Amino acid sequence: MKVVAAIVLSSLLIAAGIVLRPLIATEIPASERRSGYTFMSPDTKAMQDDDTTNPGMLGVIEGEALWNRKGGSADKSCADCHHDAKVSMKGVAARYPSYDKVLGGPVNLEQRINLCRARHQQADPLPYEKHDLLALTTYVAEQSRGMPITPDPTPELQPFVAKGRDLFMHRQGQLNLACTNCHDDNWDKHLASSAVTQGMPNGYPIYRLDWQSLGSLQRRLRNCITGVRAQNYDYGAPELVELELYLMSRARGMPLETPAVRP
Amino acid sequence: MTAALINVPKKARNGDIIEIKTLTSHVMETGYRHTPRGEVIPRDIITSFTCRFEGDEIFHADFFPATAANPFLSFFTTATKSGKFDFEWIGDNGFSQTASASITVE
Repeated sequence: MKVVAAIVLSSLLIAAGIVLRPLIATEIPASERRSGYTFMSPDTKAMQDDDTTNPGMLGVIEGEALWNRKGGSADKSCADCHHDAKVSMKGVAARYPSYDKVLGGPVNLEQRINLCRARHQQADPLPYEKHDLLALTTYVAEQSRGMPITPDPTPELQPFVAKGRDLFMHRQGQLNLACTNCHDDNWDKHLASSAVTQGMPNGYPIYRLDWQSLGSLQRRLRNCITGVRAQNYDYGAPELVELELYLMSRARGMPLETPAVRP
Repeated sequence: MTAALINVPKKARNGDIIEIKTLTSHVMETGYRHTPRGEVIPRDIITSFTCRFEGDEIFHADFFPATAANPFLSFFTTATKSGKFDFEWIGDNGFSQTASASITVE
């Protein structure tokens, strides 16, 4: 009798759409994964496609100048060690965040640039989300444009990917929403007039028209966390880097578009 | 640090109408915004843009607040002879940026 009641109740709940499917089943199948680009209007796509209309390319030009600028007490530029970024940085952004043996954990591209500054240039870190770090990151990432995302396979990284996935699946904030509730379950719908999208990380740093500037993946993540009215993480926080790691593993094989334009 | 992106066709035939596209980096701060403490963020915009062909002005634009950051301009001209286009942006706080591009007219 109890069993019958339970079956009746659960079928009623399912009919009413109240019972959530198990989280693991809601992940987007690989064949249905789409870049944010595919959700954009033809005008915005055209802006990204033409290097002379894509405002992100200004960051690439400025980043190239910074790549060659000597700095720090070692008086070295990025180019002094890494030479031509077109060769040495090709494919790098496609596998970041990557494992740092000294720190024993993941570092994203911005953090790698600042680690390089500290370890090899003896220079002060560039502040997060400010012009110089964004431009330099954009220049480095642009060298991998068109290449498929190939996450760093280091075994030591896998627990951090799992932590990022947990955070992605974890409901938080006053709206009590997890990333997955929008970006896995409802990516094909709209919030007001804006496409929800799948939350793919394949164009960062992006030139976001809403920001009127370049911005990092962490800025975008912080936007969403504010949106669900949860307590935010600081730039460079381990939680955000873990989330970046999971997002990159979720976008495996998708071509990098940096500098992407987004509405 | 500023940068400019110019798109001028490298070649054209005499009499062709050509499109010139320019993009320059600038914050275009309107002067109407306030900090969280209530202080006005001072205006910092590009105020004028000029394009010259072989020294002669062929296009000019004045800018005002409420133009988006990193302004993009597109305009047309008729190709009559080979030569050099000079571009100049002037703005608040002594901002000045120049760029140039050449065209071959057959």
